[in-house]
Amino acid sequence: MPILHRNRYLTTIFAGLSDVSISGDIPVEGEINVPVGTPSHDDEYSTLDEPVKDTILRDLKAVGKKFVHVMYPKKSSTLLRDWDLWGPLLLCVTLALMLQGGSVDSKEDGGPQFAEVFVIIWFGSVIITLNSKLLGGTISFFQSLCVLGYCIMPLTVAMVVCRLVLLGGSGMVSFIVRLIVVTASFSWSTFASTAFLADSQPSNRKALVVYPVFLFYFVIGWMILTFSPSA
Amino acid sequence: MASPDDLKFQEFEEATDLLLADPGASTLSMSGSSSMALAGATGDIKLDMSDDEGQEESSELLRGEKQTSGFWTFEYYQSFFNVDTMQVLDRVKGSVMHLPGRNFIKHTLQSSPDLYGPFWICVTLVFSLAISGNLSTFLNSLGSPHYHYRPQFHRVTIAAVVIFLYAWLVPLGVWGFLTWRQREERQQSGYSFLETVCVYGYSLFIYIPTSVLWILPFEWLRWLLILVAMVISGSVLVLTFWPVVRDDTKVTAFATVATIVVLHALLSIGCKMYFFQTATHTPVPTLAPNHTAAVLTNKTH
Repeated sequence: MPILHRNRYLTTIFAGLSDVSISGDIPVEGEINVPVGTPSHDDEYSTLDEPVKDTILRDLKAVGKKFVHVMYPKKSSTLLRDWDLWGPLLLCVTLALMLQGGSVDSKEDGGPQFAEVFVIIWFGSVIITLNSKLLGGTISFFQSLCVLGYCIMPLTVAMVVCRLVLLGGSGMVSFIVRLIVVTASFSWSTFASTAFLADSQPSNRKALVVYPVFLFYFVIGWMILTFSPSA
Repeated sequence: MASPDDLKFQEFEEATDLLLADPGASTLSMSGSSSMALAGATGDIKLDMSDDEGQEESSELLRGEKQTSGFWTFEYYQSFFNVDTMQVLDRVKGSVMHLPGRNFIKHTLQSSPDLYGPFWICVTLVFSLAISGNLSTFLNSLGSPHYHYRPQFHRVTIAAVVIFLYAWLVPLGVWGFLTWRQREERQQSGYSFLETVCVYGYSLFIYIPTSVLWILPFEWLRWLLILVAMVISGSVLVLTFWPVVRDDTKVTAFATVATIVVLHALLSIGCKMYFFQTATHTPVPTLAPNHTAAVLTNKTH
């Protein structure tokens, strides 16, 4: 039966039945076709069905790939295109936790508290991103946050190294070793983030954008260098 | 008026060419440049202040652009960051090595203030004060065996509050006062709020190398550095604000300039006393204004 006629037929039946109370089922003829979604080829649309392990592993792989990009910075747009903030959060929390447990003689004269480190890193990244955008940069807000956050990784590695060195004593030699390690990783961080960020600026303003990044990593480096363990 | 020396004379020839080419060019409403426009048109040149007529034109166009977006749009704030690296460096140089008789706003800023310089100079100053202060405390106590190095991170917070309050509230006060006087006395135009903030921000630049040099533990050297820094940055402020207040009554003029200088002095002396101590005790950290901190440490010395 053609669809148009069928519908009219059904409508007529129901119209006629509107003032009749029905106690039983009324057999209705016809076909009902509900479009069923074919299993799509892209994984992203059906991630509800996959096991949790796959989801987590995929995100971890993305984060890990970005870590590798920071270690060997070359001008690739992968870091910029697929930004995520998991990596920066992980690094920030790790760094802030490792900066705790410093000298505990007095709360006031100690190193930065957890909240202070957190605020400096996130607030500092936001300010630098705003600065870059106000100067006419073409990078997006979250992409810039992502780059700045991931480039903290060399400094986090330096923090781990410093704590290990401090286990062996805190004399002059350990200080010189720590100084070298922190200086090297701070230069690495600045260089890595500049490789990603400087391209988005017109050439006569590059230095204006690079300087705040330099200051940011310098301050973080100073916090790491001046970490002194409890006596 | 400033007398043209050889260098300026060459530059000015370009400017007169520009003016003669376009005699109808609009210039800024400041009395100095309008007299130059008239002089240029008649071919009789008297150099007043600005070197570059072309830049003034573009800065006026810029100012016209600035007013079109509302303060809630991003573009409004973007117009305050319209500077290049060379411009920022020139402004910084102008705040440190300026010749007497040059108004910082008219000459170096050329009436296009930016917020990049003041903001990042303040941030750098905060960290340089905190870090240098920490280093000097460390060097002072190097000899004593019971000393355990402490990062004293709370100083960063205190430095940040003090410097940012000074760099933003004091210009607000000065601008408000000058605008009120100008309206009362019906004088010529004063400076906009941004220009005031800009002058104060760039004048703080000299304290960055000063704070680094304060690490050296010689008391006479520290006081000498304070004197030099205050002379340089104070003169920037005085030379900027003197032309605006000089038409006022003598008392008000002197009082205004004196207040500016005294506040500036209090800032530098307060910072020096709080962050760089030669006493062996550590002070009670307080968020009270500068002079209270200075008085406290003076009493306990």
